[in-house]
Amino acid sequence: MAAPDLGFVEMMRWAWRQLTSMRTALILLLLLALAAIPGSVVPQSDVDAMRANNWKADHPDLTPIYEKLGLFSVYDSVWFSAIYLLLVVSLVGCILPRLRVYWRGFRAAPPKAPRNLTRLPDSDSYLTDAPTDEVLERAAEVLRKRRFRVVVADGAVSAERGYLREAGNLVFHGALLVVLAGVAMGSLMGYQGGVIVWKDGSFSNNLTQYDDFKAGRFVGVEDLDPFRFTVDDFDVEWIDDPTNPRYGMARKFVAGIRYTEKPGAEEKSYDLRVNHPLSVDGTDVFLIGHGYAPVITVRDGEGEIVSSGPVPFLPEDQATFTSFGVVKASGATPQIGLEGMLYPTYSGDPNNLGSVFGSLGNPLISMQAYVGDLGLASGSQSVYVLDKTNMKLLGGTTENLFRVDLCPAKIDGEENARCETSTVELPDGAGSVTFEDIKPWVRVQISQTPGKMVALGGMIAALAGLLASLFIRPRRMWVRARREDDGSTVVEVAALDRSSGGEVGEEIVEVVAALKGETVKEEL
Amino acid sequence: MTNEAWETLSDQAATVCGVVYFLALLSYSAQWASLRKLPADETPQSGQVAVWGRFGLLLTGLGCAVHLVSLVGRGMAADPNRVPWGNMYEFVLSSSFVVVLAFLVFYRKYRLDWLSLWVVGLVWITLMVAMILLHDRVAPLAESLSSPWLVIHVSAAVLATGIFTLGGLVSILFLIKERQEKRIAVREAELVPVGGGGDVAAAQAVPRTGILARVPSSKSLDRLAYRLHAFAFPVWTFAVLIAGPIWAQVAWSRYWGWDAKEVWAFITWVVYAAYLHARVTAGWKGRNAAIVALIGFVTLLFNFIGINYFFGGGSKHSYAEDAPAVVQVISAAELTSQL
Ligand code: HEM
Repeated sequence: MAAPDLGFVEMMRWAWRQLTSMRTALILLLLLALAAIPGSVVPQSDVDAMRANNWKADHPDLTPIYEKLGLFSVYDSVWFSAIYLLLVVSLVGCILPRLRVYWRGFRAAPPKAPRNLTRLPDSDSYLTDAPTDEVLERAAEVLRKRRFRVVVADGAVSAERGYLREAGNLVFHGALLVVLAGVAMGSLMGYQGGVIVWKDGSFSNNLTQYDDFKAGRFVGVEDLDPFRFTVDDFDVEWIDDPTNPRYGMARKFVAGIRYTEKPGAEEKSYDLRVNHPLSVDGTDVFLIGHGYAPVITVRDGEGEIVSSGPVPFLPEDQATFTSFGVVKASGATPQIGLEGMLYPTYSGDPNNLGSVFGSLGNPLISMQAYVGDLGLASGSQSVYVLDKTNMKLLGGTTENLFRVDLCPAKIDGEENARCETSTVELPDGAGSVTFEDIKPWVRVQISQTPGKMVALGGMIAALAGLLASLFIRPRRMWVRARREDDGSTVVEVAALDRSSGGEVGEEIVEVVAALKGETVKEEL
Repeated sequence: MTNEAWETLSDQAATVCGVVYFLALLSYSAQWASLRKLPADETPQSGQVAVWGRFGLLLTGLGCAVHLVSLVGRGMAADPNRVPWGNMYEFVLSSSFVVVLAFLVFYRKYRLDWLSLWVVGLVWITLMVAMILLHDRVAPLAESLSSPWLVIHVSAAVLATGIFTLGGLVSILFLIKERQEKRIAVREAELVPVGGGGDVAAAQAVPRTGILARVPSSKSLDRLAYRLHAFAFPVWTFAVLIAGPIWAQVAWSRYWGWDAKEVWAFITWVVYAAYLHARVTAGWKGRNAAIVALIGFVTLLFNFIGINYFFGGGSKHSYAEDAPAVVQVISAAELTSQL
């Protein structure tokens, strides 16, 4: 009955032994390292979606192949997962039996002395007049003092030390599984999203308010904690000393916010800074970016306001904060669109438009105006892109383009004395544009990462186990005393290193010296 | 002292340091030029050879002290004062310091006199490369870098890098020495046929002079390489898998993001883990294990040089046009370009 199965069972056994062998673990580790490389070469969608998309646009031929191979998300790909899952299986298969062995070995006495101690690679022997009992008693004492576990039997002392090394090794490998569990929790049950909030603007934590949002498989709408916050002000310090190598760099970002943890709760305030996230009930709010939002009012041909309010512009250059933005006035007929740049500190040279510094020294917007159909009806559209397919450029002659070049009437609420006029009429009676004010915005990242403490705890345990495993040197030692016919006693001492980097010669020298009652001179 | 004065002091100290290491290198070269002609078991304790050796060691120690001055100067020159690990130049300056310091600290314990020529040569070249190619003005750190986690994370990474470098050096010597031992064994086997007889004296007279003969046996080299790697590995583990993620979590809201730098730190970790395995795996001990260790070292170097030069531009760019294209207060790319 069982006979036909035997082949299969045996084969499984063989496969299991192969999978859990040291050699397989080694090869899988090297494979894992190799498999991680493409993720640093090919842009990853999860890490940097924009760059991945650009890459795809530049390489239309390779893209389908790469997509099939999962090269745009290496770390979720089938092959990468296969390698680390095999490694996990191998790991479990490796540590379970070792746990059993360790458990038995832990309670077992040190093994009996081999018959011929001097045959061991590390051994020594000497003659003495002392009786065997005395030698053995002394040996047991010396070895106990050296923190060996000692048994005296059959005219020999057996000693063993360093049991914790194997324990450390098992803890290390086991803790790696805990780390994996923690990471898995984060990616299945966590979420992360970003949003731009301008000064005086507010945010409540629900899906519709995010600019971008990424969540694990098991995250539901009800998992978003119902907090909200308002950005009261934003401060930043610009390095304006031209001799400083980091001239133009911004630092000391502080966003003053007021927040409530849940509707009806008491309002609290917090200074949101880099490296100092706000933690609300397990959700963290991080300050990760900043920029400017011009407050722009668009009127149609009748003078009716068709669009008004802050419009975040996206910085394109860290040094000068030259930013790009789009205004969409969908209420007008025909619809009006603006597209162009913001120069926070306009250089003053109209032939060479540009910003010379990142702060709001002399803000200027320079945009082009379009009329037509914004294309909003045909599905979702990025607020940072103007779809010009059905739009007509206003004043569109190449030599003499009409531009909306305006300075703001106010800068962050303060009157802007340098600005004479902040309104411009659009050509063809299409309407007018007014640059009312300019406000800073901050980009915050909101994330919940369950399991991060599990992963951290696991990693710390792994490190502790690793230290024990690498620095505890397990070894066995034996001392045998034998009476010769001439009345002298032959004492043999041998040691066996049970780790992979230990050296026992020194210890033998020291033990022999201690047995003889000498002290070893420090050798230079 | 003003910041500029500190910076000048640091640069001058680095120059002096380069000169002192070079002189140390010359002394050791003089020592080894004589030593290599002597039988390996004969090391004069006095006379010219010994003096050159001691002089070399003295200069190495002096160089190390000046090296430290240069590092401290860098830190004091920044406003606010900080640890001198803000850019590539400073990172190389620091890790090469660790190499020399570790060499001097372990000099007696592991009797490293045979390693001196190699270490000083390596450090001198590294320092020259740093000064000529990587030198950069002292600059204030980006906001995200001024965190206590910078000190913890980067100091651990610097320490591990220094020790891994030393370990890699010993592994290379191991590979060379092991080949030579095999060759000698073959030669001896030819001279002394199995079953005794033959010219035993001639076999024992197989040359035992030369630089390699003074390098310890491949077995000791293997053990020393293991000890160095075993020291550096937990430090690296702490740097890139504990301190780094904690920092990334507070600064960037995710503790691990598979950024190119993180990927390569992980690869390095995995390869060195493989090395520790290889040392106890049948068929991989010795030669193959040493090769795995050297692959680990290459990944370490690549992370630190390659990423900046091959992906640096692209990756920095990428953050500038992130979707939605937001200039990050703190960008991993900026950090990448600095370390
Ligand atoms: C998840 C992947 C793994 C990693 C990152 C890893 C890492 C390590 C490290 C760093 C060491 C050195 C510490 C020490 O010497 O105790 C080590 C040792 C060891 N590992 Fe793993 N390991 C992994 C998987 C495995 C697997 C699957 C096995 C089983 C085949 C295994 C068996 C061992 C053994 C027996 C040692 C002790 C070696 C010695 O005596 O020095 N490991 N491992």
